[in-house]
Amino acid sequence: MLDIVVPIKQVPDLVEELEIDPSGTALGLERTRFVVNELDDHALEQALLLKEKHQAQVSVIALDVGDVEETLFMALAKGVDQAIKISGDFGPAPDNHTTARVLKDVLGGLSHNLILTGVQAIDDLDGQLGILLSSYLDLPYVGLVSGVQIDEGGSKATVLKELPGGVKAELELPLPAVLGIQAAEQPPRYVPVSRVRQAMRTATIEERSAAAEGNGHIRVRRISKPQVGAGAELLEGSSEDIAEQIVGILADRGILR
Amino acid sequence: MSQDVFVLVEHLKGQLTDGTFELLGIGREVAPQAGGRLVALLLGRDVRGLAEQLGAADVVLYVEDERLGDSVPEAYRRVLAGLLQEQSPKLTLLPTSSLGMDLAGALSVELNLPMIAFCKQLAVQDGSIVATCELYGGRAVVEAEIPEGPGLALVLPGACPADKGRSEGAPAVEEVKPSVDLAEVRVRFKGLIEPPPGDVDITRQEILVSVGRGVQREENLPIVQELADALGAALSSSRPVVDQQWLPPTRQVGKSGMTVKPRLYLAVGISGAPEHVEGMRDSDLIVAINSDARAPIFNVAHYGAVADLFEVVPKLAEAVKNRGA
Amino acid sequence: MVQTASREARGPLTQAFFDRIAAVAEGEKLKACIQCGICSGSCPLGFAMQYPPRRLIASLRAGVMEQVLQSNTPWLCVACYTCTARCPSAVGITDMLFPAMREALLMQGVGVPGELQTALENTFRHGNPLGEPPSKRADWIQEVDVPVTDLSADPREVDILWLVECYPAYHVRAKETVKALARTLHALGADFGVLGQEERCVGDSQRLVGENGLFEMLVEENGKTLDRFQFRQIIVTDPHAYNALKNEYPKYGVNYPVQHYTQYLASRLEELRPMLGELNHTITFHDPCYLGRRNGEYEAPRQLIQAIPGVTFVEMERNRENGLCCGGGGGGMWLDSFAYEYAKERLSEKRVREAARTGADVMAVCCPNDLLRFEDAVKVVGLEGKLVVKDIIELIDEARKG
Repeated sequence: MLDIVVPIKQVPDLVEELEIDPSGTALGLERTRFVVNELDDHALEQALLLKEKHQAQVSVIALDVGDVEETLFMALAKGVDQAIKISGDFGPAPDNHTTARVLKDVLGGLSHNLILTGVQAIDDLDGQLGILLSSYLDLPYVGLVSGVQIDEGGSKATVLKELPGGVKAELELPLPAVLGIQAAEQPPRYVPVSRVRQAMRTATIEERSAAAEGNGHIRVRRISKPQVGAGAELLEGSSEDIAEQIVGILADRGILR
Repeated sequence: MSQDVFVLVEHLKGQLTDGTFELLGIGREVAPQAGGRLVALLLGRDVRGLAEQLGAADVVLYVEDERLGDSVPEAYRRVLAGLLQEQSPKLTLLPTSSLGMDLAGALSVELNLPMIAFCKQLAVQDGSIVATCELYGGRAVVEAEIPEGPGLALVLPGACPADKGRSEGAPAVEEVKPSVDLAEVRVRFKGLIEPPPGDVDITRQEILVSVGRGVQREENLPIVQELADALGAALSSSRPVVDQQWLPPTRQVGKSGMTVKPRLYLAVGISGAPEHVEGMRDSDLIVAINSDARAPIFNVAHYGAVADLFEVVPKLAEAVKNRGA
Repeated sequence: MVQTASREARGPLTQAFFDRIAAVAEGEKLKACIQCGICSGSCPLGFAMQYPPRRLIASLRAGVMEQVLQSNTPWLCVACYTCTARCPSAVGITDMLFPAMREALLMQGVGVPGELQTALENTFRHGNPLGEPPSKRADWIQEVDVPVTDLSADPREVDILWLVECYPAYHVRAKETVKALARTLHALGADFGVLGQEERCVGDSQRLVGENGLFEMLVEENGKTLDRFQFRQIIVTDPHAYNALKNEYPKYGVNYPVQHYTQYLASRLEELRPMLGELNHTITFHDPCYLGRRNGEYEAPRQLIQAIPGVTFVEMERNRENGLCCGGGGGGMWLDSFAYEYAKERLSEKRVREAARTGADVMAVCCPNDLLRFEDAVKVVGLEGKLVVKDIIELIDEARKG
């Protein structure tokens, strides 16, 4: 039996402006909306594809931060078998070293032979979660994966790892293993709202608690927003004006034929 | 702990990557701040010859092994873990690449070294490693430190001009024998899959008109294609456009796509996530059109227009044609 | 009527469809179909459907639905209501049959076009299909030179609660109509307010696209929001919102008097008329499906256009209940690539040619979908410089200033 675990992470929704905490060393989280890390959604999709192919058991697992329940219910609505929310004293924005250690703790009591995570997230200041987790668990890891095949016996995986220039490396690794997913083999599926609401009414999120020891040992001195357009000279006016200005710039540089 | 700064040398198909020289360029500045040497770590199957190009370093340490020849980061990791343990540098720089991203986190855990990712700038100040990082898709700048060190940094492409890391010099070149048994490597290399040939090679184009999520729909592509045709340019794109299969993967600029340096890069409806920017930021001239004034593409563009691409692009195509006529 | 195929023989897709049909009251009406084929002949995209409505109903009654559901048919309907309006047996093709097929596909995750998926996810997450930040919904207020009460910031009792809706609030072109309406309401001395960041999509197109769960969620949320404010009536910028609030929301107990803005302004025409200066245009008018055909309002928009001095008003050949849809309804705004793939021509492109044939230099509209799609179509078919698309409120605003 293939047991797939997908740790998913909450990240601020960039549709809204980021807010900086008055301390200047953290994000202001009060009004921030959270979404699932986009690549974790790909990891979940890849897990569901493998579930369909191999009758695998899929569990999603997440720390209780941000709007995690909504994310977990959506995963349940998409068809995962188990959703686990982990509580602990890791605060509202644990770093990835902390998150990985908490996950390791919980994974100790959870059958797993394949762990799929998004290869990175927009807030990975202290490193990427998947590879940190693989090291704490002493499991082999490959990142930037965009294709996963599991062999008949469920003992090894053959994966495609993206290299520069559109080249892919085909790699084989024994299970259990951790994979950092760059893209699922098909875009993440849609889950109708009625399914999500049904999951909210009928499915349960399991709760576990875990201790968070230590952290990534880095200190944030300051968070700020970059000056928008700091690099660019902005062209103003009507569409025609802008077009004329661009043509002028290109002509000056001898770029127009 | 020594005060040295180590840099991992990355090479593909026998060529040193630009990222390597960018890291050396940063290392050249940071090593004196730390008060140590700049050491290049060169790992591979048959790599001794590449050491000549690493003149920016004070010392090149090279490790040759049959198993380091393929794209298996785990083999690198085992050798590096041993090396860093023995040598104990103050700071080790790794590229944010398909190799570096599969190394840094593991070394951080295995050697209990703090690490900072998404680094755009690095310095050693009063003994602390200080990094300026671009997080949240370029929407926030984070200044982070590893008090005292030692530590690891995963450096974003384009953090330093590659030319700063290219210099004549005669570093001491020393061979190091791996202290670990590479037979234990669990990940096995099976082969490389090249992208389907036959399409335009965007890395060789002088002008690229590049299109992103802002184009909204596949049949809007002709609007942008018309501009490309008027300019004698090829069409390239950011990842979402390729994910939608509106353009083939050979047209993708950025991480896991191509790195391009055309004379003109005209970004249309591209927000400019770091994964994209790393593939185009060294273009001679970058012009961006995007309706979102907050789009980080305006941070790397030389000229920008906050405007509706569907308004401006046809007008621009017309203006270019009129000028040619 | 749906017992022809045994339950066991049905695939999960077909089963989901029949379950849905059985669950809605109008489902029974499918029995009444006399296979006359008026629906197929009337459907503006029937020619591109692998199963036009008549054939679709025949298959359904034979219990053979799997191929139909997997064909291009379910996603080609633009909910223009022509078939339903003309059906002699009053079969709910637009409101019931197509949404049921789409819901089955959404529930089973089969062939959901990516563009549509994004719009639905955006609606769920951000309350608008464009994926714009909820906090910026009322930003247009900064761009208009008359005071507009944002009730989310300044809650007070108002006479008129104006639901701006999504494209008008965010889209750079459609925003112009909102500013024009704000100026006109102000000129009339109307006591009005908007919900600002508390407004969410009304959701009629999400309903017609088969995302009933999302629609119900929006009804609940909007119902709760509306309950918290005090006002006499609602006006809306978008005929689809008008339709939902008038015909669908009451089914869930959310019941408020609502008018499309053209109806409200027509009711105050005698005060408006003296404000209008001359505009020298020949104007034709495109009836929005959800103001006209679905809800029978043909006069209010015409009264407004004809109230402008200097205007010559001409009708298109197909007008009122026979007006051709712009192709943006029933989720058509988010299925454009899909429809184009099979139809090879947009309905909006056909329609602007019809408008041009009248000799008009202005095509007047009063639905945000129409504005965006026709303006785009004018460029595609090369009518730029000959035909201008304007919302009626923009014409009123211009006439008022001129």
